[in-house]
Amino acid sequence: MKVDQTTPNTNAQRYRVWLLLVAVLMFLTSCSERPWNDPQLPSSDGLVTYQSMIMSTPPKHLDPAISYASDESLFTMQIYEPPLTYHFLKRPYELIPGALASLPEVSYLDAAGKVVDEDDESVAFTRYTLRLRDDLHYQPHPAFALDAEGRPKYLFETAAAGERYRQIPDFPHTGDRPVHANDYVYAIKRLADPVIGSPMLGFMSQYIVGMKEFSEEVAALPRDPWLNLDKYTMEGLEVVDERTLTITIIGRYPQFLFWLAMPFFSPVGPEVDRFYHNPGFVDRNLTLDWWPVGSGPFLMASNDPNSEIILERNPNYRDDFFPSEGEPGDLEAGFLADAGKRIPFLDRAVYRLEKESLSQWTKFLQGYYDRSGEVHSQPAGLFDRAFQIGANGVELAPELKEHDITMSPDVQPAVYYYGFNMRDPVVGGYSEKKRKLRRALQIAFRTEDYLNIFYMGNGIVAENPIPPGIPGHLDGEPGMNAYVYDWVDGAAQRKPVEYARQLLAEAGYPNGRDEVTGKPLKIFLDVQSQAISNTLMTWMVRAFSQIGVQVEFRPADFNRTREKMLTGNTQIFSFGWLADYPDPENFLFLLYGPEGPLQCDCDGVNNGNYANEEYDSLFRQMRILPQGPERDELVARMVELLRYDAVWLFAYYPTEIFLNNSWVHNNKRHGISRATLKYVRVEPEERLKMQNRWNQPITRPLYAVALILVALALPGVIAYRRRQKATARHAQD
Amino acid sequence: MLIYIIRRLFYAIPILLGVNLLTFTLFFVVNSPDDMAVSQLGAKYVTPEAIQLWKEKNGYDRPLFYNPDAAGSDSLTETIFFSKSLRLFAFDFGRSESGRDITTDISTRMWPSLAVAVPSFLVGIWVNICVALLVVMFHATRLDRWIVFVFVAMMSISYLFYIIGGQYLVAKTWRLVPISGFHAHGQFWKFLILPVLVGVVAGIGAGARWYRTLFLEEANQDYVRTARAKGASEIRILFRHILPNALIPILTGIVVLIPSLFMGGLLIESFFGIPGLGSYMLDAIKSQDFAIVRSMVFIGSILYIIGLILTDISYTWADPRLRLD
Repeated sequence: MKVDQTTPNTNAQRYRVWLLLVAVLMFLTSCSERPWNDPQLPSSDGLVTYQSMIMSTPPKHLDPAISYASDESLFTMQIYEPPLTYHFLKRPYELIPGALASLPEVSYLDAAGKVVDEDDESVAFTRYTLRLRDDLHYQPHPAFALDAEGRPKYLFETAAAGERYRQIPDFPHTGDRPVHANDYVYAIKRLADPVIGSPMLGFMSQYIVGMKEFSEEVAALPRDPWLNLDKYTMEGLEVVDERTLTITIIGRYPQFLFWLAMPFFSPVGPEVDRFYHNPGFVDRNLTLDWWPVGSGPFLMASNDPNSEIILERNPNYRDDFFPSEGEPGDLEAGFLADAGKRIPFLDRAVYRLEKESLSQWTKFLQGYYDRSGEVHSQPAGLFDRAFQIGANGVELAPELKEHDITMSPDVQPAVYYYGFNMRDPVVGGYSEKKRKLRRALQIAFRTEDYLNIFYMGNGIVAENPIPPGIPGHLDGEPGMNAYVYDWVDGAAQRKPVEYARQLLAEAGYPNGRDEVTGKPLKIFLDVQSQAISNTLMTWMVRAFSQIGVQVEFRPADFNRTREKMLTGNTQIFSFGWLADYPDPENFLFLLYGPEGPLQCDCDGVNNGNYANEEYDSLFRQMRILPQGPERDELVARMVELLRYDAVWLFAYYPTEIFLNNSWVHNNKRHGISRATLKYVRVEPEERLKMQNRWNQPITRPLYAVALILVALALPGVIAYRRRQKATARHAQD
Repeated sequence: MLIYIIRRLFYAIPILLGVNLLTFTLFFVVNSPDDMAVSQLGAKYVTPEAIQLWKEKNGYDRPLFYNPDAAGSDSLTETIFFSKSLRLFAFDFGRSESGRDITTDISTRMWPSLAVAVPSFLVGIWVNICVALLVVMFHATRLDRWIVFVFVAMMSISYLFYIIGGQYLVAKTWRLVPISGFHAHGQFWKFLILPVLVGVVAGIGAGARWYRTLFLEEANQDYVRTARAKGASEIRILFRHILPNALIPILTGIVVLIPSLFMGGLLIESFFGIPGLGSYMLDAIKSQDFAIVRSMVFIGSILYIIGLILTDISYTWADPRLRLD
């Protein structure tokens, strides 16, 4: 009786469970017409959106006075417009006016402030006159909003008064205004304000007249909480009129023009600075460091550094057009297809934080990211997945071929190297014997194999410190290091190991043993723990064992390695340098004597403490010369000195290949400037079509999993029912 | 009970002080204030003056524990330890080394952490208990031995394998859910399916095996034999008799975790792109942001202590014979 009563209820419950499951499945499948795995929010506003990623870590600073990292300039350079910029297509890299109407006018002054000729020996100062375009206009922003009396609308006496505003889009009113010359002056004054902590303060104080004094003056002033820097003058800055300013620097420093293309020199309106000093704003992260305000092609629409950053088109952006000229080959490559068209092409750019390479790669392949990355140093995992070794060497993986993915190769304006500490008693020094020892080690280390094995060929052997694309770099026979290579059949060929052994013997180490003590020669490599693997160490040990030299590695974290370099406690160390600007000076100063940490007792970049009087003298001459044959000659001589002294064990220029989905255009990579988003064009309809085609869910596994669960549960259920129905005697059996 | 709780809260003060001291010491054994300055300022053009300015601006220009230049009690208060760590007791977390307000960040980030951790936790417990009870039903059979083998195998597999395997199969190959990401609004649930699934499946081996052990101890008790002799069904015996009696050790293991759910999961959040507190902590360690690390460790310690107190309280609910005095 009892069983008869419960059976219908149990059945009804089962039906209800199944109905619920079916309803959930129907809900899941009917929520959107978009693929199930679409990670983006559905958008119906019709804006042309670029979908991209921030890799690994979000930007830390977006204040133009503080921001320096390349992943930060990915944003600052779209929002701000410095006086100068780089031509998008031309190589070698070419400076062109950005916010300026023309390149700065340069004049030279003597110590009394009188204008003199460029060649005059009495030149004590250089003055740059900057004339702004007349159509520069800030983005709409609440900092510019005014009330009926023309006073700033959002200035609060207390933190409580502005408490309801958590983010910039929360402010209902915005305003805007033209960019003034004084905004550039104000921005440079901010660089000098020690409270802001700009990384440029120490460096620029050496050049801009009065910057050091200004910094000391404002450091001592009270802040309530804002200090209006406009009230204080810096000797080297002058606002001539609303659209003209001058910057005076000490002596000659032609590279100063390159600095004018960096975000440090972007305009900052005093009222913007005042706005962000409202009481309580900093506690809600309402700061210029997180909500930049500029006159560039895009503005910051949303900033959640933990998740995503959204840029939108600045409606007040000036007239700007796609370039009509490029370097040879650009026309054929399709980079001039949009010549003369108004830019930017995009309405919005969404950057999502992606920490893991599997997610980055999968979303790119699924079409949810338009390109495989934005900044240099893409994770090695991406490259491993994109390419495979085929019959013709490195080839695109089959899945990429099917997706019509295009490649954008890029040589970074950087050099990575293992340098010798020239003060080390074993490998350092300037005697012929020591040079031979270093050359023997250089020859034994086959950089070509190193790059092929550990970087899948992503790198070019560096035979001088200056990377391709920068004046002073030479290819072919003229660019070959004749101490390590021979020119054979139209190509550089590394000298044989036998020659390295001979050099080693001449250096006093026949067969790798000290000719006096008989002890084996052992070299010590200081490396960053995270940058070296066991496989690489084994390979390097084997490379040097060819000439009988033993190797010991001393891995440590970045800080400890840096500490060792600063105190000269290294023998061979690894280091890398990414160019700030495309000038040989920015690389050759890596070996300038006064930059040696032991010489200057500072955090200098000449970590090998290389000291060569001729080199230093040539460097001083070269750094103040304008580009031209005379300068090229000095650079060539300096490079020759470095080769002769064999200052680096090996070096290479890192290269990368960025991948682009077929609907993204104008993908030419710029090694120096990040202000390239305005040139990018996408075809949203094509993207949508491909996303739908590539992402149809495979539901069969769901049914299979359900069947497996049932199959697993069924024996249990049968056994349970049997046990429930069994008599005591059967149960005991 | 109130007196007991107050007493426990007082005990918490020396524990928190100790944790703070340990965190502080460990952090500064590895990193000096100069290292922190360099990592925040970047590797280029960092002059000694810039390092000194950064330290002054961020309050790292003082001695670590003892200031010989200060007089009286100032020699202890004018130190980095006092100014940075002890103010946490007033729940003043201050700003991160990059200038962001930590309280704001924590209050924003705890919601995504909870969105993943709570369903993983609840579904995980439910699944583990059900599986363990069913296994107990087949105790000492061949099926039981096989299932225990599977549990041990599942325990032995790295958590990373479940994450990457789940992402590869479910999201990449079958394209059923997004491989990573999170949106606080809209279809946020679809970003939670995979992390929750991975969290639950990865926990079955260890969880169900542990619960099985607990239930087996109870399954041999007299009251179970009595219930069976009276004709109670196996299901009823498991869920109405064994489960309530095994609650004390279960509560010991799980109640202490409840407050810590706010802290999120380091691996899950990092791999699935969940902008929660787990990834916040991981990023802070990577970027040597001591302000965030010390705040998170402090909050973690408090939540753990709260968890322990809640566990004690839950005993009185599970077993009315217990009294907290």
